[in-house]
Amino acid sequence: MAGPMRIRAASNGTETEVKILMSHDMETGQRKDASGALVPAHHITELTATHNGRVVLAAQFGPAVSKNPYLQFKFAGGAKGDKVNVSWVDNKGDKRTDEVVVA
Amino acid sequence: MKNSTYAACVVASAFMFATPVLADATAEGIAKYREALAEGNPAELWEMRGEELWKEARGPKKATLEKCDLGQGPGVVKGVFVTLPRHFADTGRVQDLESRLLTCMETLQGIPADEVAKTPFGKGEQKNIEALVAWISAESRGMKFNLPMAHPEEKRMYEIGKRAFNYRGGTHDFGCVTCHGEDGKRIRLQDLPNLTKGPDAARGFGSWPAYRVSSGELWSMQRRLNDCFRQQRFPYPMYGSDVTVALSSYLGVTANGTVESIAPAIKR
Repeated sequence: MAGPMRIRAASNGTETEVKILMSHDMETGQRKDASGALVPAHHITELTATHNGRVVLAAQFGPAVSKNPYLQFKFAGGAKGDKVNVSWVDNKGDKRTDEVVVA
Repeated sequence: MKNSTYAACVVASAFMFATPVLADATAEGIAKYREALAEGNPAELWEMRGEELWKEARGPKKATLEKCDLGQGPGVVKGVFVTLPRHFADTGRVQDLESRLLTCMETLQGIPADEVAKTPFGKGEQKNIEALVAWISAESRGMKFNLPMAHPEEKRMYEIGKRAFNYRGGTHDFGCVTCHGEDGKRIRLQDLPNLTKGPDAARGFGSWPAYRVSSGELWSMQRRLNDCFRQQRFPYPMYGSDVTVALSSYLGVTANGTVESIAPAIKR
């Protein structure tokens, strides 16, 4: 079970800035544990952000992205009170979706 | 041949850093990097969990920590971080945030304190403590340290902490003071705060707990101190032991009234 994301979204009237902090181990699959066995890869593969249901960002993540990733982006439009929804899927099929109201 | 080229490079870079202007530019660059990191400080993820944990009924007694007295009355969290360690009448001890949390977890929730203290960092209940200290320290962000020094025990712990800080020993004749007793020192690119002086002590003491980017972990003050002992080649101190609390008392009192706390900060 993945922990919740921390999402902030703020509109200045013409564009909306979204800041997302994800809680994820992001194992690369290259590291070894104390006994020398390879730690299996476990990382986010896809991330989608929607604004009132419309996709504003779709991203593919790989093992090069850091643990507990931080993502920041802007999209045109968006107003206070709108909903921004962010969801990700990892390579083990684990999912997480969180929603925030634009400030 | 290769070696001599390498040596020449090292000499050249040593000269570069000797030039004050460039040294400032380097420090500025590092400061910018830190700023960029702080924008998305994952310590926030711990803060969120800590706030939930505070209100969650847990342990054999199925109780929350909402009646926990961190020094400003039961349940008060705002501003307590900058007043700890302090003397608590109910335990008769000077306690830092973490040893006080152990007391609360034991008395309110029935979670045995000595077992939590024995748990390795980052495992089991210690994980929960990380989240709790992240949230509790965040509730004092932007406040200046204001540790009480009225009680004789508080004065005693400060003096013990001062002695422990200046105590040199072990295989390398190290003490805290070896690295943290002078201005303008650094190890590689890490600036070392002079913890014997107010503003630096506040910058050092007031940034832990912190998220460490290199390991992706949140380190509490106890864990930070534990690692200082390791670096000095000293035996590990017991979790929440008097010597660690005394060191925190010394650092906190030295930091009093100077620079605002930024904990939980983000570190390389």
